[in-house]
Amino acid sequence: MKQFTYVITDPLGIHARPAGLLAKQAKSYAPTVVTISKGGQTVKAGQLMKLMSLGVKGGDEITVSADGGDEDTALAGRKAFLEANL
Amino acid sequence: MILMQGKCVPKGVTSGPLYFFRRSSGEVTQRTVADIEGEKARLERAQAQSVEQLEALAEKCRAESGDESAVLFETHAMFVEDEDYVDCILSALEEEHCNVEYAVRQAGEQFAAMFAAMDDEYMQARAADIRDVTRRILNNLMGIVEGGIDSEEPVILAADDLAPSETLQLDKSKILGFITQGGSGNSHTAILARTMGIPAICGLGDALKQGYEGRTAYIDGETGKVCLEPDELTLQSFREKLAKQEQMRELMQTMRGQEDVTLDGRHIKVYCNIGSPEDVSAVLANDGQGIGLFRSEFLYLAASDYPTEEEQFQAYKSVAEAIGGKRVIIRTLDIGADKQVDYFHLTKEENPAMGLRAIRICLNRPEVFRTQLRALYRASAYGKVAIMFPMITSVWEVKECKRACKSVMAELTKEGIPFNPETEIGIMVETPASVFMARDLAKLVDFFSVGTNDLTQYTLACDRQCNDLGKFFDPHHPAILRALKMAADAAHAEGIWIGICGELGADLSLLPTFLAMGIDELSVSPASVLPLRAAIRRSIAQTCTLELLEG
Repeated sequence: MKQFTYVITDPLGIHARPAGLLAKQAKSYAPTVVTISKGGQTVKAGQLMKLMSLGVKGGDEITVSADGGDEDTALAGRKAFLEANL
Repeated sequence: MILMQGKCVPKGVTSGPLYFFRRSSGEVTQRTVADIEGEKARLERAQAQSVEQLEALAEKCRAESGDESAVLFETHAMFVEDEDYVDCILSALEEEHCNVEYAVRQAGEQFAAMFAAMDDEYMQARAADIRDVTRRILNNLMGIVEGGIDSEEPVILAADDLAPSETLQLDKSKILGFITQGGSGNSHTAILARTMGIPAICGLGDALKQGYEGRTAYIDGETGKVCLEPDELTLQSFREKLAKQEQMRELMQTMRGQEDVTLDGRHIKVYCNIGSPEDVSAVLANDGQGIGLFRSEFLYLAASDYPTEEEQFQAYKSVAEAIGGKRVIIRTLDIGADKQVDYFHLTKEENPAMGLRAIRICLNRPEVFRTQLRALYRASAYGKVAIMFPMITSVWEVKECKRACKSVMAELTKEGIPFNPETEIGIMVETPASVFMARDLAKLVDFFSVGTNDLTQYTLACDRQCNDLGKFFDPHHPAILRALKMAADAAHAEGIWIGICGELGADLSLLPTFLAMGIDELSVSPASVLPLRAAIRRSIAQTCTLELLEG
């Protein structure tokens, strides 16, 4: 399993729109499982409602992990998305 | 030929296929189900339908208003298939052997509650999205059609009677006219028909049969007759009326842009009554000079929970802006009586017309009132907003309303939010008590607006929902007209203006009486503006008399 941490810059945080996009793209990395954690709570990137319920705001630090399959590609993709959108 | 007779809303004639309003309370009850696989299959079908609808909505949005709004529906589509949400539904099915509707509702409530409990206003508001999605899945499971009308063509909508919350959800572009078994010329169906400017025939009773579904009906709002399979003579007279109606409509268009002034130079304000922001287009199309009554109930009736300050603000602001600087009189919450909203949890009353309703609810629940007042004052920065309080009976009520206004203004000032401190405040005169107290009440406010529907019901002790009162329910009763004159005299003595926003305002036979009383404003349904203007421009105010006030 590989992971990286990221600090959210968008003040709104992971609101519905980016959460939806994150969840939508999660499926394309199968069989790699991407998870997102904040403050000890971990959800899969594809769990849209749970992901939103993490309540990630601007300034929060999240940990993105990838497990199985091509972990590097999945993480690079997630990182690029976060940098472009959040 | 089949002929039915009812009470009518005289808004012309029309014909079209009959469509019966399908009512499903949408109420979900728990049942034990043995065939869990069958329930799962139903869920899958409802999910697929929901996703399909949402994607179509997203596509429509993208074409009309761009990407941003389309994303909302795409997110909703993802909610429908959300792993945890679906797991929650499936495990309820497996564990409780319940019907899928119940499982869906439980899951919806659970996830909505999760969002509602979050410490973040944005996320709290997402609870509404979850409820919306859940409602959609439930509608698909229970075969409820959004907009209420499952027909490509416009129809004549038939029903036993329609509740205010039901009329709100109707897709108005598909309705040519209404016919109902119950109700009277004063029912909510009738009021909606007037606003829309289309005919309605109420109180047809058992003569209106479900079996008529799909047959072409000819309805005549002037005579209150509904006809199926008309004979040649009837059909011919119908066609003549239709042609005349078209002619009249064209003639009335010449009234657009004309002043509302009598031959001897008396000006009178002709305003419109509306029930939702979408009605503003009808006001503009009919050249109304302003909005004399904007019923704010639509916000509450259409919602499943208290509308937020922001939602209300946006709705009021959109109307204030759309009407372009003309006066918009917004009436504060008027529910209770015949307009019920579940989440208010009002106690069931034997006689709700005289119960806890309208301003009484607001004064009992200062938080609900404060939210609405804040939204209204915020909107006042964007147009000529006036605030009107319904169901006033006492001086202390008005004083308390004004105190609430003052405290909201103080809050907004402190928060640096713009508003108009000169926002006009008025009251509805619709109880006999307010007529007797008119002189004292007039000292406290900027205007009166007479709600003749309730004033008639309370003055004559005639329930407006009751269909059997017939000749006893007489809106022209001299008692009503005398009450109007008392209120008008009191208003003028205190230097304020008085209008009429009830149905009586559009009654052309009473126009001379109103002119003789010196009524300053008439607020009518948008479709009544131009005919009223034509009548005003034919009148001579000085020769009008008060003879109808004689017993």
